[in-house]
Amino acid sequence: MTAAEIKEAVLEILSDIAPDEDLSNLKEDVSFREQLEMDSMDFLDIVMELRKRYRIQIPEEEYPALASMKSTVEYLEPRMTEVAKKQ
Amino acid sequence: MTYDAIIIGAGMSGLAAGIRLAHFERKVCILERHSVIGGLNSFYRRGGRNLDVGLHALTNYAPTGAKNRPLSRIMRQLRLAWEEFSLAPQVGSAIRFPGAELNFTNDYKLFESEVHRRFPREKDNFARLVGELCDYDHIDQPSVRHSAKEHVAERVKDPLLREMLFCPLMFYGSAHEHDMDFGQFSILFRSIFLEGLARPFAGVRLILKRLVDKFKNLGGELRLRAGVSRIAVKDGAATKVVLDDGVELEAKNVLSSAGWPETLRMCAEPSSERAADPGRLTFVESIAILDSPPEKLGHDKTIVFFNDSEKFHYAAPEEAADVRSGVICSPNNFDYDEPMPENVLRISTLANYARWAELDEVEYRLAKLRWFDRAAAAAARFMPEFRHAVIDTDMFTPLTIHRYTGHEGGAVYGSTQKRYDGTTHLKNLFICGNDQGLVGIVGAILSGIGIVNKYLLKE
Repeated sequence: MTAAEIKEAVLEILSDIAPDEDLSNLKEDVSFREQLEMDSMDFLDIVMELRKRYRIQIPEEEYPALASMKSTVEYLEPRMTEVAKKQ
Repeated sequence: MTYDAIIIGAGMSGLAAGIRLAHFERKVCILERHSVIGGLNSFYRRGGRNLDVGLHALTNYAPTGAKNRPLSRIMRQLRLAWEEFSLAPQVGSAIRFPGAELNFTNDYKLFESEVHRRFPREKDNFARLVGELCDYDHIDQPSVRHSAKEHVAERVKDPLLREMLFCPLMFYGSAHEHDMDFGQFSILFRSIFLEGLARPFAGVRLILKRLVDKFKNLGGELRLRAGVSRIAVKDGAATKVVLDDGVELEAKNVLSSAGWPETLRMCAEPSSERAADPGRLTFVESIAILDSPPEKLGHDKTIVFFNDSEKFHYAAPEEAADVRSGVICSPNNFDYDEPMPENVLRISTLANYARWAELDEVEYRLAKLRWFDRAAAAAARFMPEFRHAVIDTDMFTPLTIHRYTGHEGGAVYGSTQKRYDGTTHLKNLFICGNDQGLVGIVGAILSGIGIVNKYLLKE
């Protein structure tokens, strides 16, 4: 997957986890926590959904890499080059 | 075949846990001993009428789209849309003691002004107490357990106000007699007064239907009339569960909503754990079907918590029931789009399980009639006269609660000892629901979700 496709995939996960959040103005380099009303249970779900949809295993100590959209895409890109985009 | 998880009990917490596990592709089976789902929050059909057992209302109500509230959390975690529970907010409720009344709605400001009006001297004390319980964090401070009676008495001077606060909170969630933990007090206060009450038009069965449909659509398996008689244990772990009919099911993890003492007893190996007190608090509920809407009789309250003296006694009575205090709920008095087909009053009062269990069938039926009349007379002191409008009656007793929940002694809120972290002496056996210390429909659902997130999804 390309960086753009990964971003799209993360946005799709976010909109499934928090359907009542407005994601259209999400700033890439600002943390999700600052922009979205999400708690730790919701953050766990980003990890869980990535695992479910793309079989990506993220160890607990690396969760901080998923703080913002920018850091998430940077973290996932090398790990998802072989992963096909979901249709 | 081995299940990733077996869940004991198809109540709110078990179904919610099942949804989370099935959503993340775990092989999961929910086992329910009864022939219907719901546990404490269930339903039945009698004489062509749909009636609810269990809680009168969903507490923790929040309006559609409200964020960071327990209700919004569970909707997100279960991937449900707000509309799916079709919640109608309460019209308005009251706490009634002799010569004193406090009204409340889902707008906390009304309750606050009621307290100020009736207890002007307590204004600052009450504000301080509420500030404190808003800050109380159940998740982060689970080890801080202390008496709510003592804590509140240090802050609120007027004993009548204290009793009027404890009455609804104890009725709606205390497994303890006489007192409760301050954490529980805080959670209940927030869920009832700061958040609020609501009910789906179709009753609690609608919530259960949404949960069970979701669970099944995700591939989850539900077995009714499948009581667990035993949990097989080897090397400090649960290996399989044995059903009442002898069928054995293997599981990597077992999550039980059957109650802590009840679950410990299922474990075949004698455990070093001290047997937990199963709890004594149980209710009898008198159901009156009326020929006209309660509002037409002059009763427009959703819930009335009543007590007939200045002192509120929350304890298992010596007699079959104690009608000095109680809770009157009219499911009609929620803000629905259309009128309900039935006109109903439900009157809950404290009861004694043993007094009901010792009766033979004829005595049991007579006792139901006798106590219905007493409960109705007790309630009529705190609301407009309704007894001339009663066209049918029913009653559920501690024995009914036992049948639906499996809780020993029909203990409505379970054991007095809670397992706040959900763990047990076995590394892959966990407790959710009432005995994990959460109450109410939203609380039970949060409990199922929380325990699954904490222990069963990380592997």
